[in-house]
Amino acid sequence: MTVAKKPNNRLKLVLALLATAPALWLAYLISQEISLPTSGLGPDPAEGLLHYLGDWSMIALLVAFSVTPLRRIFKQPMLARSRRMLGLFAFFYVALHLATYIVLYVESSWQLLVADFVERTYITAGIAGFFGLVAMAVTSTKGWRRRLGQNWLRLHKVIYLVIPLALLHLIWLRKDGFGDIALYILWFSILLGERIYQARKPRAALTKGL
Amino acid sequence: MLIGKSPKIPTSEIISETTYLNRRKFLGQSTALIAGSSLLGSANAGLQPDDEITPEDIVTQFNNFYEFGTDKSDPYENAHTLTTDPWTVTVSGAAKKTGEFAFEDIIKGMTAEERIYRFRCVEAWSMVVPWMGIELKKILEQFEPTGDAKYVEFKTLVRPEEMPGQRSFFSSIDWPYVEGLRMDEAYNPLSIMVTGLFGKELPNQNGAPWRLMVPWKYGFKSVKSIVSIHFTDKQPLNTWQQLQASEYGFYANVNPAVSHPRWSQASERRLPSTLFNTNRRPTLPFNGYAEEVAHLYKGMDLKKFY
Ligand code: HEM
Repeated sequence: MTVAKKPNNRLKLVLALLATAPALWLAYLISQEISLPTSGLGPDPAEGLLHYLGDWSMIALLVAFSVTPLRRIFKQPMLARSRRMLGLFAFFYVALHLATYIVLYVESSWQLLVADFVERTYITAGIAGFFGLVAMAVTSTKGWRRRLGQNWLRLHKVIYLVIPLALLHLIWLRKDGFGDIALYILWFSILLGERIYQARKPRAALTKGL
Repeated sequence: MLIGKSPKIPTSEIISETTYLNRRKFLGQSTALIAGSSLLGSANAGLQPDDEITPEDIVTQFNNFYEFGTDKSDPYENAHTLTTDPWTVTVSGAAKKTGEFAFEDIIKGMTAEERIYRFRCVEAWSMVVPWMGIELKKILEQFEPTGDAKYVEFKTLVRPEEMPGQRSFFSSIDWPYVEGLRMDEAYNPLSIMVTGLFGKELPNQNGAPWRLMVPWKYGFKSVKSIVSIHFTDKQPLNTWQQLQASEYGFYANVNPAVSHPRWSQASERRLPSTLFNTNRRPTLPFNGYAEEVAHLYKGMDLKKFY
């Protein structure tokens, strides 16, 4: 339609490629692993995969959560068009992370999964966070957005719970070495701070978003 | 199956690999003795029929040694900076002979024999490792512990210049790494001080120049790169217990019946595990060494003393 649209579509494409990169690299590691066991994911691929996907889940969630502030800062309304896509990427990595846990950790035993959910708080937090993301992913379509109206915004505020749950998950499971966690918390705090700042500004109503 | 059978190392290979390794005299000496001693002696009788020796590159490249970083690959990547010669060990507490000793002097004249043990990490993975070691009892008795010695406490080296994990701002461990045993545990014939691996000198990332090995306990009990031995009448507060007493106890005996808050201990992944076969097997009480050690804990509630 307009001339300005093209570069923004390009931006979305670049973002899509960046968001796919960890999955492509993983596909490469898995192909290595299949041709020569332990060469791609190490001698304990269950843990290798779980950690790789866990790390990228966390990063992807924070990236998706960064879209709205970046849009405001760079006055790039078109960035918002990538928000749904980046959110779905985050969901995709979390879903793969969960799938790894189900297939390689509890080896598809529902009893073990339920036992973990009940006994291990970090699993409880992870699964609660995952359900929040499921709700967001399912209602991310235009149709659902229209159907839910104002409630859509309200529902998608669940991200304010999902990210702290994911952080709790990580804090509770980690034994030592808290460098990455500190970075994630800092990143999340900045994004949260920006939103609080925006919400307190009188004209916040106009640019209100998630 | 994607993984071929891991090669069993022929005896001849073990010996030929060791003979040229005599940076430290004792090793050459012990090698000669190994040749004559029972390589597959009684201590290896505890192996299960399907226990296969874990490939050497996995044993030496997949380690938990937080002094060098928290990733499993960190110790292999970082530990080459560690100076292990000279190595001084401080012996203190309830013993007649205390003071500072050169590592070589402590083990002088002793035979390092091969012990193939299962090794079970609290993180629910396991290996089978051909250690070279000396019975801990023989080592400790030289210091003539007195009647007050109820426990023995070990400490790992603190040397941040060479140990990047100890420089980390984001570690909550209060170095040095501390572990301990009850004296009767230490004197059990299964307890050894390891000085070698796969018939070679012990690599730094595996705890050079010497580390403890108590195969019926979770791996974190088997403290590495030891610089201090202390005899005491008080139960040592080991590092992981300091960090999380609700999760890690003093005993840390492998026990499938006592679930850890982070991991179910009912089963383990025997490494190498693959994407298509995690090589999972049930975990055995005392890691399969119940016959040798269960009597040490008679009458104790192992759910309480985890
Ligand atoms: C809500 C989204 C989630 C995020 C952002 C997330 C993130 C992470 C991260 C960053 C790690 C640590 C990786 C590392 O140390 O390198 C991790 C580990 C793990 N996650 Fe998640 N996770 C999520 C949900 C889940 C769910 C739903 C489950 C399973 C029910 C789960 C199970 C695990 C397990 C078992 C580990 C490894 C624990 C260990 O190392 O022993 N996670 N996760």
